[in-house]
Amino acid sequence: MRILDRTKENIRTIRTAGRLGWAMESNWTDPFLFAIYSIVRPLASSLILVVMYYVVTRGKTGMDLFAYIYVGNAFFMYVINVLFGVSWVIHEDRDHYQMIRYIYISPIRMYYYLFGRGIAKMILTTVAVIITIGFGMLVLKIPVNLLSVNYPLLIFSVAAGIFIITCLGILLAGVSMITAHHSYALTEGMSGLFYLACGAIYPIDILPVWLQYVSKALPLTYWLELVRRSVLGKSVSPTLGGYSDVQLILIMAGTTLVLALFSHWIYRSIEYIARKYGKIDQLTSY
Amino acid sequence: MNLAVETFDLNRTFKLKKAKNKKENGNNDGKLIALEDANIKIHQGELFGLLGPNGAGKTTLIKILATLLLPTSGRALVDGIDVVKHPERVRKQINMVSGGEHCGYGILTVRETLWMFSQFYGIPNKVALRRTDELLKILKMEEFARTKIGKLSTGLRQKLNFMRGFVCDPKIMFLDEPTLGLDVQIARDVRAYIRTWMKKDLERTVLLTTHYMAEADELCDRVAIIDTGKVLVCDSPQNLKKSLAGEAVFRIEVPLDVNGMEKFGQIAGVKQFAYDHKSHLGRTELKFILEEESAISNVTESLSGNGSKIISLSKMEPSLEDVFLALVGRGLKDEN
Ligand SMILES: Nc1ncnc2c1ncn2[C@@H]1O[C@H](COP(=O)(O)OP(=O)(O)OP(=O)(O)O)[C@@H](O)[C@H]1O
Ligand SMILES: [Mg+2]
Repeated sequence: MRILDRTKENIRTIRTAGRLGWAMESNWTDPFLFAIYSIVRPLASSLILVVMYYVVTRGKTGMDLFAYIYVGNAFFMYVINVLFGVSWVIHEDRDHYQMIRYIYISPIRMYYYLFGRGIAKMILTTVAVIITIGFGMLVLKIPVNLLSVNYPLLIFSVAAGIFIITCLGILLAGVSMITAHHSYALTEGMSGLFYLACGAIYPIDILPVWLQYVSKALPLTYWLELVRRSVLGKSVSPTLGGYSDVQLILIMAGTTLVLALFSHWIYRSIEYIARKYGKIDQLTSY
Repeated sequence: MNLAVETFDLNRTFKLKKAKNKKENGNNDGKLIALEDANIKIHQGELFGLLGPNGAGKTTLIKILATLLLPTSGRALVDGIDVVKHPERVRKQINMVSGGEHCGYGILTVRETLWMFSQFYGIPNKVALRRTDELLKILKMEEFARTKIGKLSTGLRQKLNFMRGFVCDPKIMFLDEPTLGLDVQIARDVRAYIRTWMKKDLERTVLLTTHYMAEADELCDRVAIIDTGKVLVCDSPQNLKKSLAGEAVFRIEVPLDVNGMEKFGQIAGVKQFAYDHKSHLGRTELKFILEEESAISNVTESLSGNGSKIISLSKMEPSLEDVFLALVGRGLKDEN
């Protein structure tokens, strides 16, 4: 019974926070502008990548690698947006709206609140990813066959990815409780690290060996491999290509568990420190 | 009787930055004592006031009780639950309203804001809606129900902040200067609401801090007067005023440019002295608490010796403000 009640409470928190997040995300006076912004921005960033790719390779490298890069880059939008969406809440609620004290002393569980606040970003990113992939198929002839996409694996992987990124977001949210503006740079830096280390735009095989160890410890590496497999049907990474889907899922689950525990520990410790030093609701903007 | 709040030797110190410390707190080895050995008991059903000058530690105490801040040492129980050990259980029983205009997210309307917070407290939809309507009516906010918060005036925002706290119907409510800066009429509405809210359920408890002595006098069952982190007294306003019965309180009005005010406190028989420049009236109000009534002659002599004209002189019933003055040694108004 208690578990049921608690689950109900948590779902209610997610839903309510989700609405708030959506209200903020769609707070555009002109819905048309909002739509354009949500579509054009991701497309533009993908196109920059395409141009860079052609400049660097002069179009010589094969379609397989290009598809690898294009799809990886498209899905990486989840990392950038959701990580930011979840971790920035602390800063926003504390410094901009100055409501964090009321949120904090309410009986809700902060993790669910943070996740809820990120939902709008998750939805918008999903739309952006679909548009980007669609554009890739139609205009750039990326070899995605809609009939042979492994949809169950795709949906599972995206859900797992959102969970992983939320864990990372919670970790960063914890850090933002005791840092001021630097948390923005931290989020950017972390995204950047994952962009480089998790095989978003090149197979991890080309990284120096020590960095490959980092890659292999990060669940996002397996996540990107899984979404790419489900969409493109094949892998170009010799290292990861050796694993079956199930093996990849298990490794991802294991590394995710470690990450989740680590995030929880960091968040709880920093929250305690923040409460100890009176930083929960202390403004940092000056 | 059950206790709503109970603290045992509650202490809170803050580390100060070095530069700031040297200027302000020369010899406290970088520490500022915000709360010192506070022992407070608030009964269930009580409307308890916390009075004190700026920096006395009122907000610090409320923050500790509301689980926002950890004490440096000591223990605090809210509804019998330890705020350090079980904050999540405390949170189900409490809410807090800090004065000031931050009441929600600018993009939401008044109604949406109240609904959102009621959801966070698990209040059933119907109850939340009924309570929202009630609050909107009593606090005369009906016409703004669909207005976005960003478009509300400061006073309305403060009212909304107040409503946000009450829509969740806590068992124990912490109000940190809820009427700060509100205009007279709104402040009156707010006070009236607090009173009716308390009456409806005898288990409800309010801990309120305020700068307004009259407000505390009017509202509170008991008050604690606190200064530089120490609780000086704690009793009902009536009893506190009675404690001054042996002393006499005089108010004397003099022109604005009166000389030698700094010496008035040292006149024989004067226990405490405070003043209030009423520039708009062109006069200064002096207040003397005398050990006994006869000492007033010393005061008038000094004043005329000083060449100041006395515009008016009256003996007053001791007010809570005088209790405060007698204890703290300065009025609430003559702070810098
Ligand atoms: N986070 C903090 N860091 C350092 N010092 C603090 C902090 N919070 C409060 N203080 C100090 O603790 C003392 C008590 O502050 P507190 O806010 O409790 O006073 P208060 O009684 O609420 O005053 P006011 O009437 O101005 O609201 C003050 O000297 C204040 O400067
Ligand atoms: Mg205060």
